[in-house]
Amino acid sequence: MDSLISLWEWLGENLIIIQILIKIVLIVAPLMLCVAYFTYAERKIIGYMQVRIGPNRVGPKGWLQPIADAVKLMFKEIVIPSGANKTLFLIAPMLTLGPALAAWAVIPFSDGLVLADINAALLYVIALTSVGVYGVLIAGWASNSKYAFLGAMRSAAQIVSYEIAMGFALVGVLVAAGSLNLGDIVRAQQGQAGFLDWFWLPLMPLFLIYFISGVAETNRAPFDVAEGESEIVAGFHVEYSGMPFAVFFLGEYANMILISALTALFFLGGWLSPFHGFPVIGPALEWVPGMVWFFLKVMFVGFFYLWLRATFPRYRYDQIMRLGWKVFIPITIVWIAVVGLAVVLEMPWWFD
Amino acid sequence: MPEIRNYTLNFGPQHPAAHGVLRLVLEMDGEVIERADPHIGLLHRATEKLAESKPYLQSVPYMDRLDYMSMMCNEHAYVRAIEKLVGTKVPVRAQYIRTMFDEITRILNHLLWLGTHALDVGAMTMFLYCFREREDLMDCYEAVTGARLHAAYYRPGGVYRDLPDQMPNHEYNEFRSKADIDRMNEVRQGSLLDFISAFTDRFPGKVDEYETLLTDNRIWKQRTVGIGVVSPERAQQLGFTGPMIRGSGFAWDLRKKQTYAAYDQVEFDIPVGQNGDCYDRYLVRIEELRQSNRIVKQCVEWLRANPGPVIAEDHKIAAPSRADVRGDMESLIHHFKLFTEGFCPPAGEVYTAVEAPKGEFGCYVISDGANKPYRLKLRAPGFAHLSAMNEMVEGHMLADVVAIIGTMDIVFGEIDR
Repeated sequence: MDSLISLWEWLGENLIIIQILIKIVLIVAPLMLCVAYFTYAERKIIGYMQVRIGPNRVGPKGWLQPIADAVKLMFKEIVIPSGANKTLFLIAPMLTLGPALAAWAVIPFSDGLVLADINAALLYVIALTSVGVYGVLIAGWASNSKYAFLGAMRSAAQIVSYEIAMGFALVGVLVAAGSLNLGDIVRAQQGQAGFLDWFWLPLMPLFLIYFISGVAETNRAPFDVAEGESEIVAGFHVEYSGMPFAVFFLGEYANMILISALTALFFLGGWLSPFHGFPVIGPALEWVPGMVWFFLKVMFVGFFYLWLRATFPRYRYDQIMRLGWKVFIPITIVWIAVVGLAVVLEMPWWFD
Repeated sequence: MPEIRNYTLNFGPQHPAAHGVLRLVLEMDGEVIERADPHIGLLHRATEKLAESKPYLQSVPYMDRLDYMSMMCNEHAYVRAIEKLVGTKVPVRAQYIRTMFDEITRILNHLLWLGTHALDVGAMTMFLYCFREREDLMDCYEAVTGARLHAAYYRPGGVYRDLPDQMPNHEYNEFRSKADIDRMNEVRQGSLLDFISAFTDRFPGKVDEYETLLTDNRIWKQRTVGIGVVSPERAQQLGFTGPMIRGSGFAWDLRKKQTYAAYDQVEFDIPVGQNGDCYDRYLVRIEELRQSNRIVKQCVEWLRANPGPVIAEDHKIAAPSRADVRGDMESLIHHFKLFTEGFCPPAGEVYTAVEAPKGEFGCYVISDGANKPYRLKLRAPGFAHLSAMNEMVEGHMLADVVAIIGTMDIVFGEIDR
């Protein structure tokens, strides 16, 4: 054990790149597993909401279904449509998945447990989630299909407008926490009142808008107009098959988990225990590692994604625009002013 | 300066929202539809022509396959045409059975419509909820005819056989727990009528469930209110029938206006809309679910109290019973004649129509006195509705096209015939 730790320290001093690579693998491998089992959870949860069972044939209780899906997609032929721009066609899925994974570099899983503890983390996250739209755009354009093109156009307009609402919601968080560092944002939510200290309460409108914009940002129901299976069939990835399709799929779900994680960090106290400072239950749960709380919160938010999908009809494209520009952006701007005032006046008990 | 052209989008026939094999050529300005050009004929099976080369009786199963979502209603129009041509009297019990199954069919059709319409608009869960209830009704079909979709149950002069006294039960299997199967069999202990009666008791609650998900849902309203508006006058000019015209506020229902079967004996209301948009047509159909349930309930009560023959005694038209065929010479001859030559109605022409779930389904039969129709012309409600496609979608967006296809409740079996 000691020798392993000394090897690790030696790596940090001499071959830092290897150390970083190992850390990346340690983050990405479990993440991919989470993505795979998130699809399973989705099928099961939505299944039960829709009075059916969901996958239950591959492995015990269907546990191996995601593996079987992955294997199937790997062996499928990659069809490249005639007239498609081959290079862009193949780059597009990677452009979707890449940022979704890269953003995890700044996510603190627990106090101090973060790959890159940078001070501009919030900006980095916003920048990377915006890059994801290029994948969709390029896929739609490179496919040489009208359906895909329509999907890409819709997606571009949608993501750009919701990016603004999302950005404004994060400005509120930034004002409240006084830092761009994700770790500091979580630490700013620490207090003696457990989950009542977190930002979801004082920033309630921003919390809701951030989450809803997140749903729109990831092209999930009820904002899935870019895919809109009953309108433009599958939108931007209609021409994709096999592994490129799987990469799109992974990207979408990795994005969902990412937005869930960010929501948990910004508004739900990240790794903090919800019962911290409570009598009896607080100390009783003090042993639970922060990572577990973080994971539970991510799952909690992720569940809402599935719930929304099983409940709502799809918005029309222009209605999404209306919601984004005429409802969300004004609300966020007003609430930023409110938060600003609360911080300046040091309103108890979040900002004193 | 490059020429700016609208772009055309080929919508279907392999499109998930094309409800079968609709091919729409859409001329679009961005997302806005300039012109919609429906192309039909991909499911053409020449039903009308086939009927000309077969004895009357043998065309009954073809009718199931027209509007394959309202099977018995199509049969009803056809057998009524033959009955009118021949002048057969149908026993009252058969009339009630037909009324009941017409309404069961209406519920089946509207449930499928509700499920697919909601699915088109993006509410996936509705689809599975509706299919849960459809399952029970298809079990009724199965109990009485052995087939879950293409029933071939109505005959000129009545129906094929009386309602069974025993509802088949689910067998134990490895896929479900014993308790589950016992629970499913709970309502299947009595006769078919008991099963239907239990269904009518629980069905209004299920309709409430659907309404909770959709009726007051903001997104659902945004997607359907003001979409595909048709004025009552225009609806008449376009030849709309069924919920499509009632949604526009015109209380036209053949069950009341040109009553047939036992519809004059049962109580029900005709719901009408006000604005003629997708949302009103949705509300009309939801209310029709409740009204149909009410009719089925009344029929069940009557059928329980009044046993009797279910097919005409006239063996020139209706087959004698199996037992008679085995033991009675004359019946055997009738049976042989009926299933080889068939019957020859007098020369003439008739038009009969029923209020199928989608609208007026009519049969126009010309007989030249032979055992086959000289000409059979079917009036499919969906055809008239689809013809209005261009008018209804003009100026709407692509997503609305899907909602409008949904609200028309088109099935290609009947449109292409």
